Amino acid sequence: MQRKITVKTITLLLCLVSFVSFGKNDDAAKGDKKSEIKEYIQHHLKDSYDFSLFSYTTDSGEHKYIGAPLPVILWDNGLKVFSSSNFHHGETLAEVDGDYYKLYHSKIYKTDAQGTINYDEDHHPTNVKPLDFSITKSVVMIIITGLLMFFLFRGLAKSYATNGGIAKGFGRFFEPIVLYIRDDIAIPNIGEKKYMKYMPFLLTVFFFIWFLNIFGLTPLGVNVTGNIAVTASLAILTFLLTNLTGTSDYWKHIFDPLGDSMPWYAKIPLYIILIPIEVLGIFIKPFSLLIRLYANMQAGHIVLMSLIGLMFIFKSWLGSPLSFGLAFAISLIEILVALLQAYIFTMLSALYFGFAAEEHDHSEEAHSH
Amino acid sequence: MEIPVMVGAGLVVIGVGIGIGKIGGSAMEAIARQPESYGKIQTAMLIAAALIEGIGFAALFAV
Amino acid sequence: MNLLEDFSIGLFFWQTLLFVFLLLLLKKYAWKPMLTAVNDREEGIRNALDSAEKAKLEMQNLQADNQKLLKEARAERESMLKEAREIKNKMIEDAKDQAKEEANKLVVQAQASIQSEKKAAIAELKSQVANLSIEIAEKVVREELSNKDKQIKLVESMLGEATLN
Repeated sequence: MQRKITVKTITLLLCLVSFVSFGKNDDAAKGDKKSEIKEYIQHHLKDSYDFSLFSYTTDSGEHKYIGAPLPVILWDNGLKVFSSSNFHHGETLAEVDGDYYKLYHSKIYKTDAQGTINYDEDHHPTNVKPLDFSITKSVVMIIITGLLMFFLFRGLAKSYATNGGIAKGFGRFFEPIVLYIRDDIAIPNIGEKKYMKYMPFLLTVFFFIWFLNIFGLTPLGVNVTGNIAVTASLAILTFLLTNLTGTSDYWKHIFDPLGDSMPWYAKIPLYIILIPIEVLGIFIKPFSLLIRLYANMQAGHIVLMSLIGLMFIFKSWLGSPLSFGLAFAISLIEILVALLQAYIFTMLSALYFGFAAEEHDHSEEAHSH
Repeated sequence: MEIPVMVGAGLVVIGVGIGIGKIGGSAMEAIARQPESYGKIQTAMLIAAALIEGIGFAALFAV
Repeated sequence: MNLLEDFSIGLFFWQTLLFVFLLLLLKKYAWKPMLTAVNDREEGIRNALDSAEKAKLEMQNLQADNQKLLKEARAERESMLKEAREIKNKMIEDAKDQAKEEANKLVVQAQASIQSEKKAAIAELKSQVANLSIEIAEKVVREELSNKDKQIKLVESMLGEATLN
């Protein structure tokens, strides 16, 4: 516990320090600070094509970025791979094999040689968006988290074998969490018999979300779990796992929820309403999962960054410390939310797996929700 | 964004707030009454709160 | 915020691919060995507890056995003591009987020997008395009687008549 607290404190400090440094680029442009902060938050919430740590503006008005470019992979009549440094952070066009691409509002559009962007009446660009499989900042973070998890838990698993069933090293910190997921999430919801089948997914999803949420609070400034594509992917995997491992009882509960409690002719009018609701439920469950995680992380980042931005708008002895204190408090809450959202995602996944794995006491399950 | 939509979203968020507040309050009462089943009550509370929260976010994204 | 516009197919693709890959890797190299190890350890603890419980029970049984043995031993001692007492009493009784018998025998013998001694003494007394009488008579009648043989005959006959019994 002690260790946990210190780790979190360090994370928090780093996080605050990083956001303070983010704000430095406001110094030059004093007039339009509000819109710049807004722009900055918008930019931060989106995925980016280069791994930038922070940026600043020199006295001569030139934007400097500290970070590394990442590969851009497009599918546009053939595979096109080039470095994101070609965009110069959206300032120039990237020319590949005679095609021109422009980075506009964190999205890549195909343009002509002049980089013209055409708009429809709602001011949405109408240019062609090529299929984009770029290794973005989020993808890099996913890979880093994956590697971290693999080495961490591989080491933990190995230490069991070498120490006669007792964990050693840093990974030991995670053993109680693994046991908690097994004893308080998987077994009560899925059942003693079948929980082993779902344990790998639950554990992976929990640590994956938790680590990425925590990374989102670090100076790296990534917002991976606040990205709808990521949460959608996770939720779809839960959805697939639920429905592919569903027992006949699970399907019976959806298409014949009343069972033998009444004759078939009495059930027909009820089923006209009930079955669509149940079928809709199959899709609503993972959808609520993906929206919940996405919205929580997104909202957390918006609130946190807005409060930090306030510091630079107020610039007074009263306002800035106040917003600093608020940002500090929100950071603490965000650390809790990072864990809580991972827990809730895992918990609800386990609950859905529990419905899918259900085999007997059908009537009891029907009453429980 | 049209004003009615925003007002509607605000109303939904108020409702969600009241709902989650009630869940939290009831959970507290339940824990006070039966401290031994703390874990179960907490789990049930979190699930219920998470489900209601989803509606709140749906409203927010409608804006 | 427009959710559909924010949705990036590329990120979705990479996330799904990497996550499934990570899931499979971790499942094979981390979760399975970990959970097996933890389960084994818990099984071991449970077994150890079971065997401790068993040992405790065995101990209790052993104690009960000891108690029983002790009781049995005590009872045996009791019975042995009782037997010994009985034997002692019997021996005393026997000895008493034997002694009585012996004493009786001795008394009878003594009586017999007394009888025979008495008889002998009487016989001797008789002869002595006879001799004495003869001597006395001799002395008395020596002068009176010349014929000795006649006189003895007379005395004897007189003695024979005078039975002492």
